[in-house]
Amino acid sequence: MGTVVFFIFAIMAIAAAWGVVTSKNIVHSALYLVLCFSGVAVLYVLMNADFLAAVQLLIYTGAVAIMIVFAVMLTLRGDISVSNTENRHWGWGALVAALVFIIMALVILANPDWRILATPWTSGGSAEDLSLLLLTRFMIPFEAAAVLLTVALVGAVVLAKGVKESK
Amino acid sequence: MVDFNIATVLTPEIAMAALALILLAIGLLIPPGARKGMMPLTAFSLLGVLGYTLFDFFHGTKALFLDGLYLHDQFAVYFKVLFLAAALLVVLSSGGYVQKLAEHRGEFYSLIMTATLGMMIMAGAGELITMYIGLELMTISFYILVAYLSDDARSSEAGIKYLVLGATSSAILLYGISLVYGLTGSTQYTEIASGLGANLSPASFLATVFLLAGLGFKISLVPFHLWAPDIYEGAPTPVTAFLAIASKAAAFAVLIRVYLLMMNSQAFSGTGQTLLVVLAALTMILGNLIAIPQTNIKRLLAYSSIAQAGYLMVGIIAESVAGVKGVLFYAMIYVFANMGAFAVATHVSEKQGSDQIKDFAGLARRSPLAAVVMTASLLSLAGIPPLAGFVGKFYLFSAVMDSGYTAIAYIGFVMSMVSVYYYLSVVKVMFLGEGEGLPDIPVHGAVKFTMVFTMLITLAIGIYPTPLAQMAAAAAQSLIK
Repeated sequence: MGTVVFFIFAIMAIAAAWGVVTSKNIVHSALYLVLCFSGVAVLYVLMNADFLAAVQLLIYTGAVAIMIVFAVMLTLRGDISVSNTENRHWGWGALVAALVFIIMALVILANPDWRILATPWTSGGSAEDLSLLLLTRFMIPFEAAAVLLTVALVGAVVLAKGVKESK
Repeated sequence: MVDFNIATVLTPEIAMAALALILLAIGLLIPPGARKGMMPLTAFSLLGVLGYTLFDFFHGTKALFLDGLYLHDQFAVYFKVLFLAAALLVVLSSGGYVQKLAEHRGEFYSLIMTATLGMMIMAGAGELITMYIGLELMTISFYILVAYLSDDARSSEAGIKYLVLGATSSAILLYGISLVYGLTGSTQYTEIASGLGANLSPASFLATVFLLAGLGFKISLVPFHLWAPDIYEGAPTPVTAFLAIASKAAAFAVLIRVYLLMMNSQAFSGTGQTLLVVLAALTMILGNLIAIPQTNIKRLLAYSSIAQAGYLMVGIIAESVAGVKGVLFYAMIYVFANMGAFAVATHVSEKQGSDQIKDFAGLARRSPLAAVVMTASLLSLAGIPPLAGFVGKFYLFSAVMDSGYTAIAYIGFVMSMVSVYYYLSVVKVMFLGEGEGLPDIPVHGAVKFTMVFTMLITLAIGIYPTPLAQMAAAAAQSLIK
């Protein structure tokens, strides 16, 4: 059962990712991205990482992809059906991606000693476990991430408004 | 176990985060007329944190805490001193650039603070997630700083390029981190070292290559250096200086920890060492050779900084206390030598509106102080005695020869000779060029202080290197027991 679900959603995520790259219309690309992120969220559920799946849906599917659609709508002029223009280096990109994929696949399949849990992970991964970790062991990266978000906000304002030279 | 309080140990980091927010608030609150005070305010607060950190280096409590996820050893504190010194000098020499900004001056200084905070977290990190967050904090601050002026097309272009390439390199780094986690089940350096064990499998080799590629991008190691010249040229010059000096040193701090703590197994040594030797040799050779035909001072300094990264790699290859000491020593004097050169480049390009080397013609007559400082800085980068660069290269190359790698040391010697040629060609233009019709360039205030200070430090350490060498040795010993 789990395996069947895994393959359905894994194939869906990969097919959607293909759609993101090949689609001529950038809004279609963004919608394929939503599908791809949702597929990955289901994979998280299969690994009993419920909280991570919820976060994936909320942040990636909900916020990021919708933001892309909004940004496209607010900025694009002209015909939307050819908005995701042909990339001249498509062949090279495909070659590099295929090479990286083959190397990764070979290495991952060839390696005998991955840290695989003896029994499937059933507990943990909840918001409570994560919050305990974030406020104890991973306190410093957690606080630094807060500063990081502030910086990103400030940067968005500064760059979007644009800094002019004074006379 | 030493008794300590987390807040005391983390004081510099907390102070930097607080200062970044305070500067942000002050920039919004005070009227536009009073904003000239931002630069002295930033500089004095940085000086305070720097003073505290220096005191901390000699007398503070040293501790590992959160189960060794964050390290507060002399190695980390040494690098914090380095970042703060670099940030202070950058702030002091950036007054002219910030005066050109019509608005958002507070944010400029605030972003320099957060970038410094990111570097400090990188230096202290004892595990990969903390290191990655610190790295992103630094890098995202830099994306914004590089593209700061929206009127300036070159600056915006450099910002976009840095964003795209930086994001790619982060992705590669994360790939490496996830492979390491899959192999060992830990993100902590010491646990990874025991988890990786004695044999080098294809998977652990690939993880190493990805980690090295991600960090090599920040260091601008050949073949991950292609971004550096374009972005150094397009970015505002004070930001370029900070990028070339401090972000590189931060990546070196991480690389030393990753390489010496995490990948120190016998099996790794052979293969990893070969990889590093090849990359270091390529970096020194290409960086120096491509620097020769450059006509733009910022591109010249960019290629020279690529070559300098190659020299620093030599110290890591030595894999010894002496090697790490060499890296620490050289990284510190590199701050002052490069900062001197960039301070002059910033000042001249602001007054003349050009970064071309030919426009430095006759600088010795038009602005004697700037010409002398530039000469001292370039000669130190080239490694001419009695300047500090000579002592630094001596430590690096003698350490690697003691470890039995003579070939890489010879490449370093030869390439240092080559570098003298292009450094001196700038000096020749400044002293022998006519410079007809070019304006006189007076030097005042904070910029003058920065120039004189960096030159004096470069000279003083070159003549009497012992105190800094002792500090570097203590820091290196705190890392390798």
